[in-house]
Amino acid sequence: MKRVQFSHPLLPYMLLLPQLAIVAVFFLWPAGEAIRASFYLEDPFGFGSTFVGLENFSDILTNAEYMRTAWFTLFYTVIVAFFSLSIALLLAVKADAVIHGSATYRTLLMWVYAIAPPVAGLVGIMLFDLHVGPMRDFLAHFGWDMKVGVNYWDTAFVMAIIAVWKQIPVNFIFFLSGLQGVPKSIQEAAAIDCRSGTRRFWSVTFPLLAPTGFFLLIINITYALFDTFGIIDIVLKGEPGNNPITLVYKVYVDGFRGNDLGGSSAQSVILMVLVFALTIVQFRMIERRVHYS
Amino acid sequence: MKSIKLLDHVILILGALFMLVPVGFAFFTSTHDAISVYQNGLQFTPGGHFVDTYTAVLTEAGGFTKEVTGLTMAWNSLVLGLGFAIGKIIISMLAAYAIVYFRLPLGTFIFWIIFSTLLLPLEVRILPSYEIVQGLGMMNSYSGLIIPLIASATGTFYFRQFFKSVPDELVEAARIDGAGPIKFFIDILVPLSKTMVAAIFIIMFVYGWNQYLWPTLITTDEGYFTLVRGMKQILQVWIGAQIPDTNQAMALAILAMLPPVIIVVIFQSWFVKGLVESEK
Repeated sequence: MKRVQFSHPLLPYMLLLPQLAIVAVFFLWPAGEAIRASFYLEDPFGFGSTFVGLENFSDILTNAEYMRTAWFTLFYTVIVAFFSLSIALLLAVKADAVIHGSATYRTLLMWVYAIAPPVAGLVGIMLFDLHVGPMRDFLAHFGWDMKVGVNYWDTAFVMAIIAVWKQIPVNFIFFLSGLQGVPKSIQEAAAIDCRSGTRRFWSVTFPLLAPTGFFLLIINITYALFDTFGIIDIVLKGEPGNNPITLVYKVYVDGFRGNDLGGSSAQSVILMVLVFALTIVQFRMIERRVHYS
Repeated sequence: MKSIKLLDHVILILGALFMLVPVGFAFFTSTHDAISVYQNGLQFTPGGHFVDTYTAVLTEAGGFTKEVTGLTMAWNSLVLGLGFAIGKIIISMLAAYAIVYFRLPLGTFIFWIIFSTLLLPLEVRILPSYEIVQGLGMMNSYSGLIIPLIASATGTFYFRQFFKSVPDELVEAARIDGAGPIKFFIDILVPLSKTMVAAIFIIMFVYGWNQYLWPTLITTDEGYFTLVRGMKQILQVWIGAQIPDTNQAMALAILAMLPPVIIVVIFQSWFVKGLVESEK
């Protein structure tokens, strides 16, 4: 912390009070409650609950439907992260290379950041709609008879393309600022040594961008796991049926529709462990990045 | 060399179109009437019903929602965005000031309590959070919408980083001049943080305006619906309708995205700086 500090018996605690009160009531309490409830079986009619130890967890992990959701979540996360990162990287490299109009391109490629996922979801499903969707008509020319909400993989495709569309701007902003941080002297030296632009990219620029890329990978995984909730809820029109869903959506469906408090809480705890692990990896990465530069 | 440059532009233009075209469809469709959209699908040419559609959406209740107009929903979104951004900035600045500038016996412990909130997004503790807020009687209220969202300590984290980078000499000088901690905060630290506050304000306003899951759970009374929350309502009515008001649905989507998009585009350089700096 600071070398020079104030000392005052009461003031710092008064400054911290609002933050700590909110954290205690709206964070620690619910998080603790989720952990507690995950070890209990709630009576569906509200007559108390029984301690069942790890039964909720073993029920979930042996449940075929949960495992199917887990596999889909993994698949969805990989697809969304891969495409939004690689498209954004391509665009950032090109936006960094052009001289004319780079400011305009930057604006045109980043403004979608401000659109909420469910709003993107609504526009997206209208584009692929069975009756009014122009994208559906377009794909029908190639023999793809798309049925969003009915066909499992068609729904997954629409969910993924909306999520990628929405995430490209964030990745683009970070990649572009990473690229602009590469010293001009290195770029010039590389340009003299190596005439092929593609090779120069993979052997010089890409390694220099690697720390940004790793950091963004974590951000994108978190995004695909949690922030896509709004997209999925809108694409499924609130009716999951036999359509693909992610783990976070399942916590919501089981908790609010199924009234399965214990099971939903145990699912929350599993996700907490996952996020916790991701955050640790992220902190490690940040430490290494500081070391790196 | 020429052809390579041309290819760069082609790729960038394709990228820009990929971003623009979906919203273009949404906008142009909103300028047609419901029947022509129903017959011909989404539109990509301007129609003559811009004024009708937007007047209906903004001032008439009874399309997708029974009691609330688009204007009320926009107001609620504004309250949520502003309340969240301002509340979060004030609370986290105070907390970060205490953590960085005071000698606290329990400092490390408090630090870890606050930063543990970064580990668990709202989505994973949604059911108990909902029950607690319901138990506190905060359903269908602005405070129930805003305050639980402030619990995450992202703002405190950014301000802590920033305060740590402020030179120590300033505190020394202030103390020599006899300024106490409150005076130092108001007269020196707050003015120094202006750009940082502006950048965080933009990010937090957009974040607050765009909230979906929490408002969906907390507001059942239409009077508290936000525009983004309204997306779900639109779908529920839109599916069952004989001739769905697709033009109005798209108009509401455009209204829901317009304010945050305008802010992000206008204050682009602050916003990008805030985003990139704060994530370090």
